[in-house]
Amino acid sequence: MRRSIMMIGVVSAALTLAACAGAGEDTSGGNGGDGGADEKLTLWVDPNRVVEMQPLVDAYQEKSGVEIELVEKAVDDIGPDFVAQVPTGEGPDMIISAHDGLGEWVKNGVVAPIELGDKVEDFAPVASAAMAYDGKYYGVPLALENVALVRNNALLSETNATTFDELIAEGKTANTEFPVLIQQGEQSDPYHMYPLQTSFGAPVFEQNADGSYTSELAMGGEAGHAWAKYLAKLGAEGVLDIAVDGAVAGQAFGDGKSPYIITGPWGIPGMQEAGIDFTVLPVPSAGGEPAQPFVGVSGIFISAKSKSPVVANDFVVNYLTTEEAQDLLYESSKRSPALLASAEKVDDPVIAGFNAAGAAGAPMPAIPEMSAVWGFWGTTEAQIIDGQVDPIEGWDALVKNIQDAIDEG
Amino acid sequence: MALPTSTAPAPSPLPDPPPAPARAERGRTLGVGFFVKLILVGLADALGLYGMLTAWAIGQWAILISLVVILALVNWAYFSRRAVAAKYLVPGLVFLFVYQIFVIGFTGYVAFTNYGDGHNSTKQDAIAQISEQNEVRVDGSPTYPLTVLSRGDQLAFAIVDDGAALLGTSGQPLDEVRNATVDDGRVTASPGWETLTFADIAQRQDEIVALRVPMSDDPADGSLRTQDASTGFIAVPVLQYDEATDTFVDTTDGTVYRVSDTGNFVSDDGVVLTPGWRVGVGFANFGTMITDPRMAGPFAEIFVWTFVFAFLSVVTTFALGIFLAVVFNDSRVRGRKIYRSLFILPYAFPGFLSALVWAGMLNDRFGYINVVLLGGADVPWLTDPLLAKFSVLMVNLWLGFPYMFLICTGALQAVPTDLIDAARIDGAGRWQTFRNVTLPFVMMSVAPLLISSFAFNFNNFALIYMLTGGGPNFVGTPYVVGHTDILISMVYSVAFESGSKQYGVASALSLLIFVMVGIISWVGFRRARRLEEF
Repeated sequence: MRRSIMMIGVVSAALTLAACAGAGEDTSGGNGGDGGADEKLTLWVDPNRVVEMQPLVDAYQEKSGVEIELVEKAVDDIGPDFVAQVPTGEGPDMIISAHDGLGEWVKNGVVAPIELGDKVEDFAPVASAAMAYDGKYYGVPLALENVALVRNNALLSETNATTFDELIAEGKTANTEFPVLIQQGEQSDPYHMYPLQTSFGAPVFEQNADGSYTSELAMGGEAGHAWAKYLAKLGAEGVLDIAVDGAVAGQAFGDGKSPYIITGPWGIPGMQEAGIDFTVLPVPSAGGEPAQPFVGVSGIFISAKSKSPVVANDFVVNYLTTEEAQDLLYESSKRSPALLASAEKVDDPVIAGFNAAGAAGAPMPAIPEMSAVWGFWGTTEAQIIDGQVDPIEGWDALVKNIQDAIDEG
Repeated sequence: MALPTSTAPAPSPLPDPPPAPARAERGRTLGVGFFVKLILVGLADALGLYGMLTAWAIGQWAILISLVVILALVNWAYFSRRAVAAKYLVPGLVFLFVYQIFVIGFTGYVAFTNYGDGHNSTKQDAIAQISEQNEVRVDGSPTYPLTVLSRGDQLAFAIVDDGAALLGTSGQPLDEVRNATVDDGRVTASPGWETLTFADIAQRQDEIVALRVPMSDDPADGSLRTQDASTGFIAVPVLQYDEATDTFVDTTDGTVYRVSDTGNFVSDDGVVLTPGWRVGVGFANFGTMITDPRMAGPFAEIFVWTFVFAFLSVVTTFALGIFLAVVFNDSRVRGRKIYRSLFILPYAFPGFLSALVWAGMLNDRFGYINVVLLGGADVPWLTDPLLAKFSVLMVNLWLGFPYMFLICTGALQAVPTDLIDAARIDGAGRWQTFRNVTLPFVMMSVAPLLISSFAFNFNNFALIYMLTGGGPNFVGTPYVVGHTDILISMVYSVAFESGSKQYGVASALSLLIFVMVGIISWVGFRRARRLEEF
């Protein structure tokens, strides 16, 4: 009797299991299926890009029958989650992300190299350089973004300044609370201030001739000191204030409290909604050399452990590199296309403005060493702006700490 | 209650049936309850089996074994008649195992490895990835429109080169096929071979990606490979894995990369290949805080502040809580219920959200406190080291006093009024009565809660992270840590924010903190028990 009860238990368990397994098969689809039509890929995207990518995904499905599921992930989670989940086999087939995590992904072995072949030349040089690491390509560039100077035309109608100091002077003539806004925060914001830093000839890392980065720090020495002193000066004059974080800066510009703000394309929709008449301009040089903003390249990357590598490569390398796909993406996203042929067709003063500001820009370093840089960099700049530390001493400590962290890692 | 005469393990709360052999024959009705049980256990079994199969598929043997044990235990408990007590205990035990013991065990395991950036997978994955990353396309070689063909299990690639159709397999270098059909520079069919459709390709993706078709008998000519099954290119491996010696060899200059004890392939002159893999590192992670000279300085300061912070947090919240509790316990206070409800409010909001709101209110230039309450004063609440510590304590006071108020109000109800009256008659003043009668009574019941409050604040990560982020940061330290960081937020910063992620170090330090809190609580509870004996 008891044994039979046990048997009933086991049999019912097995039946339930079979039912579960059957259901699982249906939803996971794809790999075990019997035709290409129900092949399914997953693609992690941030919330902003779900809508932008939908037309491309639909177009590709029509062409090939492959369904691509867009999984929404917070912007800051895509990279870390990708690194954490790919080794377990639970990661996505592809991700769309800014390129600056690439070095870390390669170091962790979670991203697969792709073969772009001659298609490399179809892209803006800075865009394809951003997708390369250690001589191999890992992604297809989709769009470029960088910061620029945005002017509120209602407060100032023209800009004649050729240096940042002249710009501040001009900004003051508008008689607003701030002459120019650069968002800071407790950890400062080295990214938004990078064009000013590079204009002192103090880029973060040395670059090779082909635009790729070495892990050799370049922001120390005389040039770095000059920049640190300039930061301290702007802090003392009240032009920079660590209490002005991103939210405060955006709000203040929207309220007409400053004629200028340094921001990226992400700041534009808010201004358009607020009905501000604005112009996008390059950031003037502060230290005499060209002001180079970081150029961030959003790209699409394939997981090293994708279970559908061929289909993923077909979508990424064969479809997303086409003019048709990049045109479609531009229409839905209004971001500066990475493909030259698509970029040439763009006729939008805002995007043209950002392109002009980023024309001489440098790709954001994607080397893993970069992750050691941000924290120290922001903290030190905040301390210099706030007058908590002597600019020269602070800057030297910063460079030493980063160098130590790099040697350690 | 009849105890079992045999060696039955657990005393049953129900009268035990007479001993076997008559036992199995005792009538058992298969009621509704039995079927409900059957279905529930069946579901649990199904879930467990599914988990086992998954664990087996990904080679997680520890999880597989645990699941087998748990599932056997569950089935035994619910289908055995001897296990009445176990029926009630098993769910709790399973949850205890999954959420406590397993987590602690896994953290312990990670603490002894170098799991982190550059070492986050297995050796097998690392070898595959290094091979993949170091197989380069031959300089200046063309890309070919490529066709994948099959004959039974065997796959072949076909390309058109100089007008000739070439076909080859993994064992058979590319060779011309005469009667292949070529259409628009691409082979579409070849006699004896079946051209794969997109659906076929989708089914055999791994094989196609792994296939290398030699260009000729000479390996130096490279081999044809594809990533998308429609274009092929010629690639040569720069680094080749040699299974026999477990090394990578550079085919261009003969450099040998050997396995190092840190989980990397390293050449003799110190060049490290990435990625590496997880290996055990013994106790190295545990000593990091002290042995790493760059960490020792800030660590000492943060260590002291953690104790000060936890201690003052408990003292201040308790002082305010008991003061308000005593005041609002007095029947002469009108509208006590309303006040009491209002006091609970800070407790009702999620703590991390409150901390975030406070961070905004304490902002130097735009915060509500400075701008509105202090009429535009410029008090650096969160940016001056000392004031920031003060702010952290004040915000924690605001967050924490309602809890203390609640438990003290409860404890006050237990103080016998006649004892207080007697003290009054004996001529004791208010303060004396409070100190010698009320407080000891209250302490008796709340002392354990004060200890747990201390333990909680010792690890109050959310408050620090949301309010100050540990800042203001120490000037020029080699880690991004600051004056208000406590140990747990320092661990977070060291392991995740200062450069590469180090899960191993984070786990080891968390374990150390866990042990520290454990010891403090243990000592505290021993002392608290003495209070009760008075």
